[in-house]
Amino acid sequence: MDQRSTGTDIQLRDQLLAGDETAFEALVAAHYGAMLRFVRTFVSRTDVAEEVVQETWLAVLKGLPAFAGRSSLKTWIFRILANRARTRAVREGRVIPFADLGSPEDDALDADMALRFSAGGAWSQPPGPWEADTPESILLRREAMNRLQAALETLPPAQRTVVTLRDVEGWSAGEVCNVLEIGETNQRVLLHRARTRLRRALEGVLAR
Amino acid sequence: MLTCREVVTLATDYADARLPWPARLQMRLHLAMCAICRRYLEQLALTTSLLRRLGTTLDRTEIPPSLREAFKHRSTE
Repeated sequence: MDQRSTGTDIQLRDQLLAGDETAFEALVAAHYGAMLRFVRTFVSRTDVAEEVVQETWLAVLKGLPAFAGRSSLKTWIFRILANRARTRAVREGRVIPFADLGSPEDDALDADMALRFSAGGAWSQPPGPWEADTPESILLRREAMNRLQAALETLPPAQRTVVTLRDVEGWSAGEVCNVLEIGETNQRVLLHRARTRLRRALEGVLAR
Repeated sequence: MLTCREVVTLATDYADARLPWPARLQMRLHLAMCAICRRYLEQLALTTSLLRRLGTTLDRTEIPPSLREAFKHRSTE
């Protein structure tokens, strides 16, 4: 269920192949930030991440004639990026286990959630109201946003990658599965755990 | 009738509209009656929308000069 390429993507490819600088700059500007955030979930150093993104753009330019529109241009670019980021992470001795769903950290999360319910499944520690309950009012509270950012950065890597694409970048589930080459169920489990953790981090600052 | 714990477990599937309709209906019924689960799901949605703000406020628009050069170079080949 990937976003299929539209005629616009093919048109854009042809513009780029014809050397349209404005089109290239607009394309890079539209994705650069997201690409950098994505790679940062695989490699920890910012300069290395920048390098991977720039190498990817060179690979994109090189491979552009072969882009046939079977997926969207965005998905195609991010698949190249994901491959490079993975290779780089492996070289740095980091492997991101997208398929491994049961880490000790996750068991701790499950245990923590389990404590909040009675044996019958009703809340025993219900979530309290928050001091601020609109995005605008929370955005003004630096402490809350800092906590959210910090919690995002310390998520288990696969969860961080998925929630970054889904929630920070606003991608669809299908796009995420396609780029990361993971199944839908896996994607949802990772997203669910990530959101559960991040909500809890905000709760730590915002609960009355 | 779903328990609160089940509602919390299904929250992401529900938000993504991935639940088959009987389960979706059960979620709606539960949420109509349970203010606490409603609050929990609202807080999850709030978390998601704050994450989205992180994405839209961080973006930079200038592109590295080396990329611009690479593109120019490529298109004159």
